[in-house]
Amino acid sequence: MTAGLVLAGTLPRLLPPEPPGLAGLAGHTARYGPPPAVPGRRQRDALIAEVGLAGLTGRGGAGFPTARKLAAVAAGHAPVVVANGTEGEPVSVKDRVLMACSPHLVLDGAVLAAEVTGAAKAVIVVHRDVREIIDEAVAERARARTDRVRLEVRTAAQGFVAGQASAVVQWVQRGVPAPTATPPRLAQRGLRGAPTLVQNVETLAHLALIARYGAAWFRAAGTPDEPGSMLVTVVGAVREPGVREVAIGTPVGQLLDLAGGASAPLQALLIGGYFGIWVDAAGALARPFSSAGLADLGAGPGAGLIVALPVGACGLSETARMMRYLAGESAGQCGPCVFGLPAIAGQVERLAEGRGADLGLLRRWLGQVDGRGGCAHPDGAVRLVRSALRTFGPELPMPPGGGR
Amino acid sequence: MTGGTWLRVDFIACDGRGLCAEALPELITLDDWGFPIVSGQALPPRLLADARATVRACPRLALRLDAGR
Repeated sequence: MTAGLVLAGTLPRLLPPEPPGLAGLAGHTARYGPPPAVPGRRQRDALIAEVGLAGLTGRGGAGFPTARKLAAVAAGHAPVVVANGTEGEPVSVKDRVLMACSPHLVLDGAVLAAEVTGAAKAVIVVHRDVREIIDEAVAERARARTDRVRLEVRTAAQGFVAGQASAVVQWVQRGVPAPTATPPRLAQRGLRGAPTLVQNVETLAHLALIARYGAAWFRAAGTPDEPGSMLVTVVGAVREPGVREVAIGTPVGQLLDLAGGASAPLQALLIGGYFGIWVDAAGALARPFSSAGLADLGAGPGAGLIVALPVGACGLSETARMMRYLAGESAGQCGPCVFGLPAIAGQVERLAEGRGADLGLLRRWLGQVDGRGGCAHPDGAVRLVRSALRTFGPELPMPPGGGR
Repeated sequence: MTGGTWLRVDFIACDGRGLCAEALPELITLDDWGFPIVSGQALPPRLLADARATVRACPRLALRLDAGR
């Protein structure tokens, strides 16, 4: 391993330092050093093992162990890598910020992922806001002849479900950003039938650093069970909303402080964005931002999102608006999602507006939709509404007759 | 995974024709929009033959039997 140009334990690792250094590939190489070569089987297996030791997990939300995905895809014949920078979640901007600030780190990661899995090509699917930056970075690498892997850039589809792994593959393959049924797993049969590694762009950036500096370096930040740093988007009632890079396990209150602190007394936090859950603000501030720290609240770090809701704002109205959005973002393939989400959104709207919502019916529909789609879209929507009922429940207006 | 077999629905393929709930009411009911809700339990052995027949009868090929959870 190269001696760490980026000191172990210091942050940021992925985002630019203060003051920022040189731009472009030259600046990137000056900061991080060149990525290691992985020419043969032995080096490939060693890097996958190192990623496993590092304990890197997917930063797109699902948190799956990256080494296991790499190994599964590497076992297949003629695989392909897809770097997922779709970022369809409306609150999140961390993938765009990363791709804009550190495009070469993401591309290093995509190239390394291709090399360790034996893929000849990596498709970089990017949010349209950063398409030009990535194009320019790819062109710069082509001129410098840095890569033995072919890089192909595609503008991501828009829409909430478009970032789901199988939807990204369908988008690249046939221009339709809709999830497909599992099985088969993408690692077995994905893009045009090839074993496919779909990995979030932030995950790939971490991979590029683990390849350089090793597992112990990576583990110098974070907790023993959830090592490393992660990008977090903090928005809502904070003074300086935006993206911060933090060690996993940093207390939630400290994340808000990094975003300039609360701009008003806080009522609740939405942890995880549109796929997240509402929690009482006071009870969450001391919690470590990690799976272990948030588990008993029913939340998790996911794709790194916190929305701060001030006292006086109506959590149910916010939830109703989000739920209506999620209903509209269904890929339209599965009945329970197509019919259930608008029905649920309607009840949450009635609830928020005090128009006599039928809570019994709402709970029945939540139960009928949960877990019954080709992807996790309906499950996430149900989780959001259930958390709103828990968190904002005491204020529930009772319908005439006491409801049921 | 030992033993058990589970009925699964591919909701992308399913159109809510409802044949399955008529053929196998012991294990399949319909939600408020007419899409199948399958029992989360492992198939009881006495219903295995009926379940296979129901899987074959689905006009959308949206039902299958899976070993293991």
